[in-house]
Amino acid sequence: MENEYVLKMEGIAKEYYGNRVLKGVELKVKRGEIHALMGENGAGKSTLMNILFGMPVIHSTGGFEGTIEFDGKPVNIDNPHTAMELGIGMVHQEFMLIPGFTVTENVKLGREITEPTVASSIFGKSLEKLDKPTMAADTRKALDTIGLGVEEYAMVAGMPVGYMQFVEIAREIDKTGIKLLIFDEPTAVLTETEAERLLDTMRVIASKGIAIIFITHRINEVIDVTDSMTVLRDGTFVDRLETKDTTAARIAELMIGRKVEKLVDDTDEDNRVISDDDIMLSLKDFYVEMPGEKVKGVDLQVRRGEVLGIGGLAGQGKVGIPNGILGLYPAEGEIIFDGEKVEPSKLGDALHKGIAFVSEDRRGVGLLLEESIEQNTIFTSMQIQGKFLKKFGPITQFDKKAAKEHTLNMIKALDIRCTGPDQYAGRLSGGNQQKVCLARAITMEPKLLVVSEPTRGIDIGAKKLVLELLAKMNREQGMTIIMVSSELNELRSLCDRIAIVSDGKLAGIFAPDASDAEYGLAMSGVTEGGQA
Amino acid sequence: MTKEKFKKALDVIGLPRLIVCSFFFAIVITAAVSGIDVASYFSSTLKYWGMWAIIVLAMIPSIKCGIGPNFGVSLGIVCGLLGSLLAIELNIGASVDAVLPGFGPWAAILFAMVFAGVSSWFVGVGYGKILNLVKGSEMTVTTYIGYSAIYLMCIVWFRAPFRSGEIIWPVIGAGVRNSVSMESSFGSLFNDFLGFSIGGIYIPTGILLVMILACLCVHLYFRTKTGIAITAAGSNPTFARASGINVDKMRVKGIAISTMLGALGIVVYTQGFGYLQAYTAPLQMGFVCVASVLIGGATTTKASIAHVLIGTFIYQGLIIFTPPVSNHLLAGTDISDTMRQIIQNGVILYALTQTKGGSD
Repeated sequence: MENEYVLKMEGIAKEYYGNRVLKGVELKVKRGEIHALMGENGAGKSTLMNILFGMPVIHSTGGFEGTIEFDGKPVNIDNPHTAMELGIGMVHQEFMLIPGFTVTENVKLGREITEPTVASSIFGKSLEKLDKPTMAADTRKALDTIGLGVEEYAMVAGMPVGYMQFVEIAREIDKTGIKLLIFDEPTAVLTETEAERLLDTMRVIASKGIAIIFITHRINEVIDVTDSMTVLRDGTFVDRLETKDTTAARIAELMIGRKVEKLVDDTDEDNRVISDDDIMLSLKDFYVEMPGEKVKGVDLQVRRGEVLGIGGLAGQGKVGIPNGILGLYPAEGEIIFDGEKVEPSKLGDALHKGIAFVSEDRRGVGLLLEESIEQNTIFTSMQIQGKFLKKFGPITQFDKKAAKEHTLNMIKALDIRCTGPDQYAGRLSGGNQQKVCLARAITMEPKLLVVSEPTRGIDIGAKKLVLELLAKMNREQGMTIIMVSSELNELRSLCDRIAIVSDGKLAGIFAPDASDAEYGLAMSGVTEGGQA
Repeated sequence: MTKEKFKKALDVIGLPRLIVCSFFFAIVITAAVSGIDVASYFSSTLKYWGMWAIIVLAMIPSIKCGIGPNFGVSLGIVCGLLGSLLAIELNIGASVDAVLPGFGPWAAILFAMVFAGVSSWFVGVGYGKILNLVKGSEMTVTTYIGYSAIYLMCIVWFRAPFRSGEIIWPVIGAGVRNSVSMESSFGSLFNDFLGFSIGGIYIPTGILLVMILACLCVHLYFRTKTGIAITAAGSNPTFARASGINVDKMRVKGIAISTMLGALGIVVYTQGFGYLQAYTAPLQMGFVCVASVLIGGATTTKASIAHVLIGTFIYQGLIIFTPPVSNHLLAGTDISDTMRQIIQNGVILYALTQTKGGSD
């Protein structure tokens, strides 16, 4: 058969504002097969799917390079409508359903079946009447195909999340001539049994000759249901594998990959004494209600003097941990810090007890963009510890001289590139802003420093400086550091131990030199355990 | 140059501000050319500058704490009016004068200010708590609250059981008159204090000193730990939270201080005006304050004392200089109040179009 592939994307490259996010990727999907598209966050999966779907974001930023062949013919997909006409459907991660409509109305939205009326013969097609029985019958057929027992006239509002997902699928397969269906992390919001049902449904759909692209982090699901897969890493094509020829460990390894660059020069001698009995911070049964980053029961111990990394994929809860400790989101559970209980519901309690925090959201949480570097540097320390204030009885006055002196020292020590302490923080580059955030944390002279995504959105040179600074504070001043990062490579180059969080729980704690496969599997939530 | 430089300068100054300022200078020059007594109008401008400055200062804490311009400054104003009325009702001026001759008016204004300050603080705290419930639509709510406060107090003024003959409606034997003379209590106390004339211009030293003192206090307050925390809470609430600051509490503090400045401001204003005007007279004062500070260069998210001083001066100058000039040029018309309305509301409208939606 000459066109065995329903979809062939070759040499796909895409640049966003000078940043190459896809570098010559290929994706081939056969008819009626379930094909997994795998990769870490930022590997380029969404961009690739956006290209396939002709999303406006691609074309408003200068288009892409490469060719797409669909059903044996080269095609030019420049808007989502073209994609739909070709027979490409997508089941979205966030449901695109109208809650106040019935299942039928949702399934048939935009493709209603109508019959002529008197008004329509005069005023045109838009006044035709809905042919409800036919629409309902079509919907029933689609629902039966995927085995969803829900009534076609039920209202979508109030349905369990799992049902909504199936309604969404029903809508896609109801479209005539659908040849390729994309599932974007469909199991992320489902319970275990719902997820299993979904996988079964995918098999049913595929058996009808419809090809499926399945985007997921969950390796065990991939092993379970797919025929083949494409693995991406950092915008490059890693490999196309047949599922039967591979193993979970192999996939995990391909996804993570060892990057060669070394981010920290570890030339300083290490004479720290770290003991399992000297615990700085211990979390017991820790829950955080942070939207998108929920923590669902974590037990974690941080030893005095170590650098503990917390890694994991986006949305799995790693970022929730520091935000919960600092009381920025509602948290439950026990936090013991240096022998004292920290009350996360009391705003600022952790700060008062000597924990400093550098937020992952630099511009939103980390800085006063419209204020000077000086204000940004001293603010927390002034509010929490009363530094940089002159006291006249009960009246306090800002001590400008001391603040300026301190800020100048910080600018020098951290090599912040600026015009002076009075420059607005908002005018600095990302890397320098991050240094200002760090300067504020250091000004607190904390016993424990918690940094969240310290290198997000800054260039490689600045990254190195920031990481070296953290290493220096740990080695020279003995500061205990918790570092949360999406970049495993970064954690491995700096941390003594790395905790991997998956689905809000601790998937394991590993040594920095543990194998890629171990990390990959833990991140994908396959194994529990692992010790360092 | 210079096209870019010009554009940059225009960006900094802002188009409406440029128009208003040019208009002001044009009016002043026209006045001078047409032989109007500029010196005497300039003296009035100085006087009204001092009288209004403190009420306009009330905009600073509310803008700094993140609530935006306080259209509801009338809440403070009614507290100030109540304090001034009580000073007359209790006859404080005369009774102190009997013991310490010459100190009567000072005691009366002190009493009025202390009462106004304390009562408005409590009112302001309640007001701030309401505003914390309506984050994102503060400007609308402050406007409504300002109007409601004035109209609610109309009922109170009408029936309040005052006894002093200077306050009550003679026929009813209670309530507050439309305008109450301050002559017996503290009228023109600051305005006349250490005043002198130079080259035909009268310098109201006392009121200007009070203005400077008030600005200094606000300046120093925003250099205290709490003041800096209020500014941070307004500038980036999530940042403030991450530094352990209770943002809602800071907003309440900011608006309470704003209300208090409004209360003290109206006492000073009444003192200079010579008459206390209750009922709907203060209805538009909130808008005047907002327009003044905006003309001075403030935005709905950033304001400084310099903005207050510059803006109040230009706004009051416009109001004082426009009538004689317009009468001179277009005899028989009353275009000046129309101009004032256009400028006042136009500037507010412009500022609102410049705000970025939502609270952050």
